[in-house]
Amino acid sequence: MSIDLPGFADPVADAQSAFRAVLDALARPGQIRAAGTGLTPPAPLNPAAAAMLLTLADADTTVYLGPAFADAADWVRFHCGTQVTDSPADATFILADALPNLTALPNGTDEEPQSGATILLQIPALTGGPARIIHGPGLATPTTLSPQGLPPDFAAQWATNHAQFPRGIDLILCAGDHLLALPRSLSIREP
Amino acid sequence: MIGYNFAYLDEQTKRMIRRALLKAVAIPGHQVPFGSREMPLPYGWGTGGIQITAAILGQTDTLKVIDQGADDTTNAVSIRRFFAKTAGVATTTRTPEATVIQTRHRIPETKLREDQIIVYQVPQPEPLSKLEPRRAETKRMHALAEYGPMHVKLYEDITRFGQISISYDYPVMVNHRYLMAPSPIPAFDNPKMHMMPALQLFGAGREKRIYAVPPYTSVQSLDFEDHPFRAVRAPHTCALCNARDSYLDEVVVDDTGRRMFVCSDTDHCETRREAGHEGTGEPVAQAAE
Repeated sequence: MSIDLPGFADPVADAQSAFRAVLDALARPGQIRAAGTGLTPPAPLNPAAAAMLLTLADADTTVYLGPAFADAADWVRFHCGTQVTDSPADATFILADALPNLTALPNGTDEEPQSGATILLQIPALTGGPARIIHGPGLATPTTLSPQGLPPDFAAQWATNHAQFPRGIDLILCAGDHLLALPRSLSIREP
Repeated sequence: MIGYNFAYLDEQTKRMIRRALLKAVAIPGHQVPFGSREMPLPYGWGTGGIQITAAILGQTDTLKVIDQGADDTTNAVSIRRFFAKTAGVATTTRTPEATVIQTRHRIPETKLREDQIIVYQVPQPEPLSKLEPRRAETKRMHALAEYGPMHVKLYEDITRFGQISISYDYPVMVNHRYLMAPSPIPAFDNPKMHMMPALQLFGAGREKRIYAVPPYTSVQSLDFEDHPFRAVRAPHTCALCNARDSYLDEVVVDDTGRRMFVCSDTDHCETRREAGHEGTGEPVAQAAE
């Protein structure tokens, strides 16, 4: 049973530091922050994604777990007290190991864009992949990042997401115990 | 502190505020509703700012709290002591030493850095509230980026007074998309928000709204080509530190109405005096009209 595995050792301080990591990552897109160091979530959940769920998910949220994460469902339910849903269209947080179809996820309304979903995407590494140039709020100048595990047409999919700003979906890329975040306000292009 | 969770708020409330903060950062200038809690101080005393500070504060943070620029006024002292007591964090009055700065109606004169977060206390988060009292309607106006009425208000100011007569809470456009109330900071401080290296978070407790401006984000004060925005300050020097570029408070010093102008940012003023700058220490001779 995956619920045998512990959550945060110090729930208050660990959640706070994980939150500051993701707040900072979202405010400064492309910068890599550590989150969930020392956490031992059930495979294939990685520490950074697990830390995000422990920090942000609770009874007020719904979480969709991609098919690969079925074994982690009990752990997520137990430690977060959150509702695990079968339908990504109803989810506040979507945990996936491959980028889901962004147009099938809740992207908020023009009046309440904050109801757009947040994707926690587990990828093999945050560096070493194909380069992409990001620009937008949080960046003084355009920055290059190179996460692995994004689809080849990611820039095109993201352009559709960014075009509907302020509606849209926010993406948090998690690899090991590190993460970086791509808020909907960013424009992303290939070099 | 026994009997309280770290930083006073319970963890579920913090998660709710944290989720709101993340969406606020992702949508710069957009007001995100949140379940504002009752705090042990009245609405209007910074309950929004306090709740944000409680949600972001960690054991290693150093907190600075200012009220109209001053570290030693009732509101600032109370909030600083509140977090020293409930979170046990280090506090400071020195702007460069702080990692989190909660502010009521000023931005410090010292330039903020990337590793700092500034939390604004906001009484009225809706910049359109005086033009359109209905929430449902202002929400729609933000959705449609329908900000014509605000430009008309500024235009009417110019036709009546010859200038835009807003001296604080001067409306700004954030990231070229959302009209935002910068909280009642003097218009003098507005240019500091533009491309600020620090993250800016705004909390309105009574109105239950959170919004944010990420670092290096465009923040433009509304104006017209032929009536450009001007950052206005009292045309005096600080009587204590002789600063010519800081925002000044006007202090009435006697019953004949003589007035003294001193830096509103007490830390800035003290730092300058320690560095040897000295003002006249005297009230201004005559009222400047």
